[in-house]
Amino acid sequence: MNLDKILKELAGDHQELKIMEVCGTHTSSIFKNGIRSLLSPEIRLISGPGCPVCVTPASYIDKAIEWALTPNCVLLTFGDMMKVPGSEKSLSEAKADGARVEIMYSPQEALKKAAANPELTYVIACVGFETTIPSYALVIEQTERSGLTNIKFLTALRKVMPALDFICATDNEISAFIAPGHVSTILGSQAYAGLAEQYMKPFAVAGFEGEHILIAIYDLVKQVENHKHEVHNLYPSVVKPEGNAVALAYISNYFESGPAFWRGIGVIEDSGLYLNQKYRKYDAGSADLTGDAAQKTTNCRCGEVILGKINPDECPMFGKACTPAKAQGPCMVSSEGTCGIWFRFTRK
Amino acid sequence: MKIVMAHGSGGNATRELIKDLFHKYLANDYLDKMEDSAILPVSEYPLAMTTDSFVVTPLEFPGGDIGKLAICGTVNDLWMAGAEPQYLTAGFILEEGLDVDLLDRVVASLSRTAKEAGIKIVAGDTKVVQGNGGLYINTAGLGFRKSGRRIGTDMIREGDALIVSGDLGNHHACIMSQRMEIVNSIQSDCANLGPMVEDLLQAGIEVRAMRDITRGGLGTVLNEIAEASNHAVEIEEKSIPVDPEVKSFCDILGLDPLYMANEGKFLCITAQEHAERALNILKQNSLGTKARLIGSVTETGKPLVTVKTRLGGKRVIDVLYGEGLPRIC
Repeated sequence: MNLDKILKELAGDHQELKIMEVCGTHTSSIFKNGIRSLLSPEIRLISGPGCPVCVTPASYIDKAIEWALTPNCVLLTFGDMMKVPGSEKSLSEAKADGARVEIMYSPQEALKKAAANPELTYVIACVGFETTIPSYALVIEQTERSGLTNIKFLTALRKVMPALDFICATDNEISAFIAPGHVSTILGSQAYAGLAEQYMKPFAVAGFEGEHILIAIYDLVKQVENHKHEVHNLYPSVVKPEGNAVALAYISNYFESGPAFWRGIGVIEDSGLYLNQKYRKYDAGSADLTGDAAQKTTNCRCGEVILGKINPDECPMFGKACTPAKAQGPCMVSSEGTCGIWFRFTRK
Repeated sequence: MKIVMAHGSGGNATRELIKDLFHKYLANDYLDKMEDSAILPVSEYPLAMTTDSFVVTPLEFPGGDIGKLAICGTVNDLWMAGAEPQYLTAGFILEEGLDVDLLDRVVASLSRTAKEAGIKIVAGDTKVVQGNGGLYINTAGLGFRKSGRRIGTDMIREGDALIVSGDLGNHHACIMSQRMEIVNSIQSDCANLGPMVEDLLQAGIEVRAMRDITRGGLGTVLNEIAEASNHAVEIEEKSIPVDPEVKSFCDILGLDPLYMANEGKFLCITAQEHAERALNILKQNSLGTKARLIGSVTETGKPLVTVKTRLGGKRVIDVLYGEGLPRIC
């Protein structure tokens, strides 16, 4: 079916339905392509928890700052973590106060730095879903092989499937899911079959171009209207049914599952990945971060945004007390955070 | 040889550095007088003045270096006001440990670029600070608007055309690639925009306003234009020129060429009836072969930037928020 016909159909009359795009990159692409403006008002797109920065607890930021303030320690982080609020301050604010924080482009940079500066300990802030976890595993492998003892890993690694299970189990309003594209390259499209069957929700794995997303929405609308709940892999050139065996092996060789705190949501059992016993010597205290008692109480409703219960502009702080320049909640910080995307792309 | 603190003492080492290196490349009638101030002839034309600081790392990159950047950045700011650059000052802040051979190459490049741009360096300064071999340059530029016409955001009118002089994002992608040690053939677009602007003005094109598209990228420049002129502008996504290699680079790293820095591109706003001719003039120049008409000024009294996407949707383009990545120019 050609795109014009799909566009025409999606703009026409439909029963009311809610489609969740789990992945922040999908959300970003939906807004970049102006896809919402092309859909019938009955088709509502809901942004899910697929931005790892957004779900990282404040206690993790606090711990990272603690390391950055420890003498002879350097915290390495990707840039988008810099402004995430901790219980008191962000990494960016801590850096201005003298904490030693460096932005990295790749966790592998730590290897070179640690070899060149043996008197310093480099703590890598490892935040991400299955897509990025294998790259951290690779750095652990290289650390072990190189004999470096001055690299540590502070992990806030999250598994997507337990979160999806949590959403399906607690929210019956979501009609269908655009499966997270990047994560699917690792887990495989068949990973969603159990959820589709158990909760009778259709899934479509999609690429990130606007056309890919439109086709996925069309597929899901048709599935819902025909009372189907299948997993359709619409990104077969990249996503295999069985996923990426090498990457999955890396994950299972270095990490083990445990409960994890998702910012705004709470603890989801089995949803975190922690360095396993063999490699725990490299851990920087990640396993202690399963709660978030330290989180400041504000009116921030990021938790409800992440779960698709409200749109960002329904939060009283959105665009007022909370903007990308002065983010109060994590969803406003990241380039893939739902509130940040809404702010950038919908402001009038 | 490396720069040491003594090079900034004002004593013998400073004098030798100036004599052996800076004078070698920058000598001219004004600078050679070694007075505390340069005395410059008065012009009958309106004076344009600008200043800029250059803190790029690495100091040398494919397509340019900090010296070339310092000249191009400043002369381009003058040209954007329709002013022909005449004089420039250059202040060098050198970090202890800077390689003198590297400094030599940078100053040679700065001198060469200044000569090509027809601008004279009339005053300079050198300081040495503690650090790790870095180099920063501050410039101030003076020029005269000889065209006699008014160019600025207050001249923008509903219906005007928006033209971009070429592919976006090359400088940003080049610098990022160097820092991340990613091997590709992306070069910085660092260039003097003067010849293109001169061609437009001499051809009598009704240029309303111009902006060089540097930090913050086209998205930010369009917002500045919309706010300063109090007009809405709309662009077409499919018209935005981006080199395929830069696009792939952006796709991998999650960057948006709309917000990426350039050092040799400008946005030109012309009367709609002159747009086609302006485009043809730009395309005649080797730096403007990829020039594109990207949109128009759509509404008065509404400072909003929107883009019509390839799929036919519409969205707002906001300014760049935050700075997840280190400054690149």
